[in-house]
Amino acid sequence: MTEFTFWFIITLTILSAGMVVLSNQLIYSAMALLSTLFGVAGIYVFLWADFIAGVQVLVYIGGILILIIFGIMLTNRISSVRLSQTNVQQGVGGAVAIWLCILMSLVISKTPWFQADASEPVGTVAEVGTLLLTKYLLPFEAISLLLLGALIGAAVLSRKEN
Amino acid sequence: MTVDTLFSWLGSLIPAMEGSGTLLVIAILIPCLVLFLVVAVNAIIMVYAERKVAAFMQDRVGPMGQGVGLHAGKWGVLQTVADALKLLSKEDIIPEKADKFLFILAPFVIFIGAFVAIIAVPFGETVIVADFNIGIFYILGVGSLGVIGLILAGWSSNNKWSLYGGMRSAAQIVSYEIPAGLSIIVVIMLTSTLSMQGIIEYQSGGMGNWIIFANPFTFIAFFIFFISILAETNRTPFDIPEAESELVGGFHTEYSGMRWSFFFLSEYANMLVVSAVAATGFLGGWHSPFPGYFDSNGWSVFWMLSKIVFLIFIMMWFRWTFPRLRVDQLMNICWKVLLPISLINIFGVGFWTLIFG
Repeated sequence: MTEFTFWFIITLTILSAGMVVLSNQLIYSAMALLSTLFGVAGIYVFLWADFIAGVQVLVYIGGILILIIFGIMLTNRISSVRLSQTNVQQGVGGAVAIWLCILMSLVISKTPWFQADASEPVGTVAEVGTLLLTKYLLPFEAISLLLLGALIGAAVLSRKEN
Repeated sequence: MTVDTLFSWLGSLIPAMEGSGTLLVIAILIPCLVLFLVVAVNAIIMVYAERKVAAFMQDRVGPMGQGVGLHAGKWGVLQTVADALKLLSKEDIIPEKADKFLFILAPFVIFIGAFVAIIAVPFGETVIVADFNIGIFYILGVGSLGVIGLILAGWSSNNKWSLYGGMRSAAQIVSYEIPAGLSIIVVIMLTSTLSMQGIIEYQSGGMGNWIIFANPFTFIAFFIFFISILAETNRTPFDIPEAESELVGGFHTEYSGMRWSFFFLSEYANMLVVSAVAATGFLGGWHSPFPGYFDSNGWSVFWMLSKIVFLIFIMMWFRWTFPRLRVDQLMNICWKVLLPISLINIFGVGFWTLIFG
């Protein structure tokens, strides 16, 4: 049962990720992205990262995906525009893609992966919170500052000049 | 009644199939079926209640039923059943210029968003489908699925009213999620758990222990949360996504028959879920207000349901009390009033806990 669910989620994620890239209508790409993001949240659940899965749904589906769809809807006459799915430099692009694929398979197979013990953690939220406020406080705050900068920058850029 | 207990109970009932995958699927499907019934019955009762409450607020009698037999029943109690049958048998109209696939998909996306949230709602001491350890966070998360459905419905209808409705709902719900989330953080700070049952457990021992009365800041937080969930469920005074006087029907202008009723099914399911979250987070969940009295397992269901129904009644009351807000007023209230207050609340609760323990 667990195995079936796992493979179902993996297939769903990969197929819908393919849809995101291959669909020639932006709104369908966005819809496919919805199930991709859900699939990724499902993978987090399988890794016992329940909190991260919740954040994935809340931030990526509840925030970013809605903004993407919002952006698509604000774009004029987007439904009539067919996006081209072909590329001009097919030969070079294909070669780079194959090279990257080989490189990544090599890295994945050669890396001595750290394997955690397979016992189920009781709750991850408290652990994540403690680590964020102790060991990873500086990176956490740095990211907050970066996001604040991005927010202010966006507000300044989108503001009309008087 | 969690899936696990149901699974082991079914296993003891049919020893030949104990622990098999089929039984697990059955154990998962039974609560889904029950929850679907809860959602459907909830919508039927709530639509009736809404019409009656609306009527009494305006000094009318509301649906009364005419004639004899099953014709809408005495006091119109069968009015919603008749309406549901009418909606089921109506012609299914899809506009010619609409994006057909998304048009059909949108009501289901909204419904799934409301439906999956109910899984984590505790209806009683043992009546919960799954007590996730990120329960309240999960409900807030999947709630956002409904917004995507609303936007899709608005966009795929290919109608300017629908599009405006969809865009308004997106802007509104995304904004009001922030004060709602920040008010829930206040609850989590006190209980130090995200599990729905854990939060209720913390509030045991009578009304004085409910989080709403824990300190002045949580008292404010409850009202901020309640205002925000009104906006998230598109209830008046925040119903600009479907503002009848401006947008015909808003995002569901082009929908009819069964597809249209799915919007209402999910709206009432959403109201149930958010009221349950408010009751869980601030009003002691399934705990009895009087410590030691009426707090058996059966009464816990009664208390939870009555708290939910009370909050839903308040929502209906608001509908006939407050005028609809304008779009700019809506955004002003969210970003300039509710957000700063809820941020101050978080600090306040932190300091209060530090000083008074």
